[in-house]
Amino acid sequence: MPALDLVANVVVSGLLTGLVYGLMALGLSVIFGVVRVVNFAHGEMMTIAMYAATALFAAFKLDPFLAMLPIAAAFFVFGYALQAGFINPFITRPEHSQFMLLVAIAIILVNALLMVFGPDAHNVQVDYQLESFEIGPVLVDKARLYAALAAVIAASGLFAFFRFTLTGKAIRACADNYLGARVVGLNVKHLYSLTFGLGAMCLAVAGCALVLLVDVTPPLGPSYTLLAFVIVIVGGLGSMGGALLGGVLIGVSEALAGLFIAPSAKSMFSFGLLIVVLLLRPQGLLGRRT
Amino acid sequence: MAILAAVLIALPAFAGNYALSVATLILYFAYTGQAWNVMMGFAGQLSLGHAVYVGVGAYTAGGLFFHFGVGPWVGLWAAMLVCVALGLVIGFLAFRFGISGVYFALLTIAFAEFTRIGFDHFGWTGGPGGMFLRVAQRDTWDLLNFRGPPLMYYYAMLALTAGAFALCWLLLRSRAGYYWQAIRENEEAAQALGINTFRWKMLAVAISSAMTAVSGVFFAFYYNNLFPEQIFHISRSIEIILGPIIGGIGTLFGPVLGAAILTLLSDSITEALAALGWEIPGIKQVFYGIVLLAVVMFLPNGIWPPIARRLRL
Repeated sequence: MPALDLVANVVVSGLLTGLVYGLMALGLSVIFGVVRVVNFAHGEMMTIAMYAATALFAAFKLDPFLAMLPIAAAFFVFGYALQAGFINPFITRPEHSQFMLLVAIAIILVNALLMVFGPDAHNVQVDYQLESFEIGPVLVDKARLYAALAAVIAASGLFAFFRFTLTGKAIRACADNYLGARVVGLNVKHLYSLTFGLGAMCLAVAGCALVLLVDVTPPLGPSYTLLAFVIVIVGGLGSMGGALLGGVLIGVSEALAGLFIAPSAKSMFSFGLLIVVLLLRPQGLLGRRT
Repeated sequence: MAILAAVLIALPAFAGNYALSVATLILYFAYTGQAWNVMMGFAGQLSLGHAVYVGVGAYTAGGLFFHFGVGPWVGLWAAMLVCVALGLVIGFLAFRFGISGVYFALLTIAFAEFTRIGFDHFGWTGGPGGMFLRVAQRDTWDLLNFRGPPLMYYYAMLALTAGAFALCWLLLRSRAGYYWQAIRENEEAAQALGINTFRWKMLAVAISSAMTAVSGVFFAFYYNNLFPEQIFHISRSIEIILGPIIGGIGTLFGPVLGAAILTLLSDSITEALAALGWEIPGIKQVFYGIVLLAVVMFLPNGIWPPIARRLRL
């Protein structure tokens, strides 16, 4: 039985990382909840953001938190274009077609990254990555804390958008009732594209935050896609709080599983949890039963 | 049809060993794709974790051979049994709890990933280091132990693919086939007509997983090495479904055509890139992905249906 302060450190670390995962999953939840398309290129898109952050850092010594702004803006445009150009025509197609479309896009993205950046790991070296705050027995990494803060701020911003703006309400209307939204005259295709753009922005922020915590390689994309899906299903589709909660849960459980069982078995626990949730409570912890 | 059969049977006469291995690979994907097609194209259940059946089948037969010297013909039945059991468990969990569509697909992915990591820690089958089957001499046709020259494997795979084709043809024309089509088109309407959708979906899963198990057994004795990271990986599952989706889901020729096109495409892209001197890692997959994208966008029902219309089949 590991020492209590080791467990506490692991839990805190998992919690903070989990918030960043939660932001990534939030993007997916928003996209899936509104557009109802399984974005199998989700992790791959975040990997692009991570590479962009490393590139900007390498070229301009730009701190990833500052790089968030231009990358998020670029990603909004990218997401919008992707939805408007490729995915909108597929909304009425059967699920396996949508899935194959995004798998094809994911394959292109991952391998384009491989072509441009090569298979070696890239990362960002900032001073505060090596520093930490001491709160009692727990050592909190500064980089991890800042990353989690960025995630929470971004998530709150998105939440406020959906709650308090007209466009946000319109998007929620599309999610609730496609036909009704069109009947009242909402430009659903445009709103779908907006939603995808917003989801992509989440990925940009999450990616820039994550690049401080992990080294980035092209194969990271598919594994993050799967992780995002586990979190979204566990937390609850269509629930933004659920995505964050799911992220924290997965982050902490993976950290604890890594500590108590074996580091390589971390994901096994997540997938086991996914199976259990799918069977017992498919709407997730905070989702609504449709 | 007869011409195609004649060509396939006579192929080894004028094809070298490399071409033969490519042909065997095409048939392998055609067969496995056909097996997946039973679950998807016939019963409408999207399985994105089909590699789990290949892997479990391969490891069951391989493990029995490795540890107990049990020949592939006996191992085959054991593999089929285990895979059918696994398929029925997954099917039962999914259908009883009313999981379908995207959620079912994610469930299958979760099972495949769970099994992959599980086998990484499973000592009896060698763990992450993999399992290596004893390779006996390859000159004579040893059907009992399924060891022989590439020619033997080609004909074995050809026989399997032809058998699968015949089986699917029969199934489509049977009562099961009509029930499946009804379930695929509108499950609620089918239930309203009194079809026990649960039973027929389970049948599709059982047949599909049994067929895929055979694929796994072939894989084990053809390649003679098994690694959990490779055989259960989600890219294997995607490879399996690429053929039928490109070729045409729910059709008989679709998986065969799709597998042929994809394998030949993959090989020709490699050749073309080598000839052009563009040896950048990843570039081949980008081309591959672009072709995939184009087919998905412009030929949504696959490549076979327009060809079938042209041939007036």
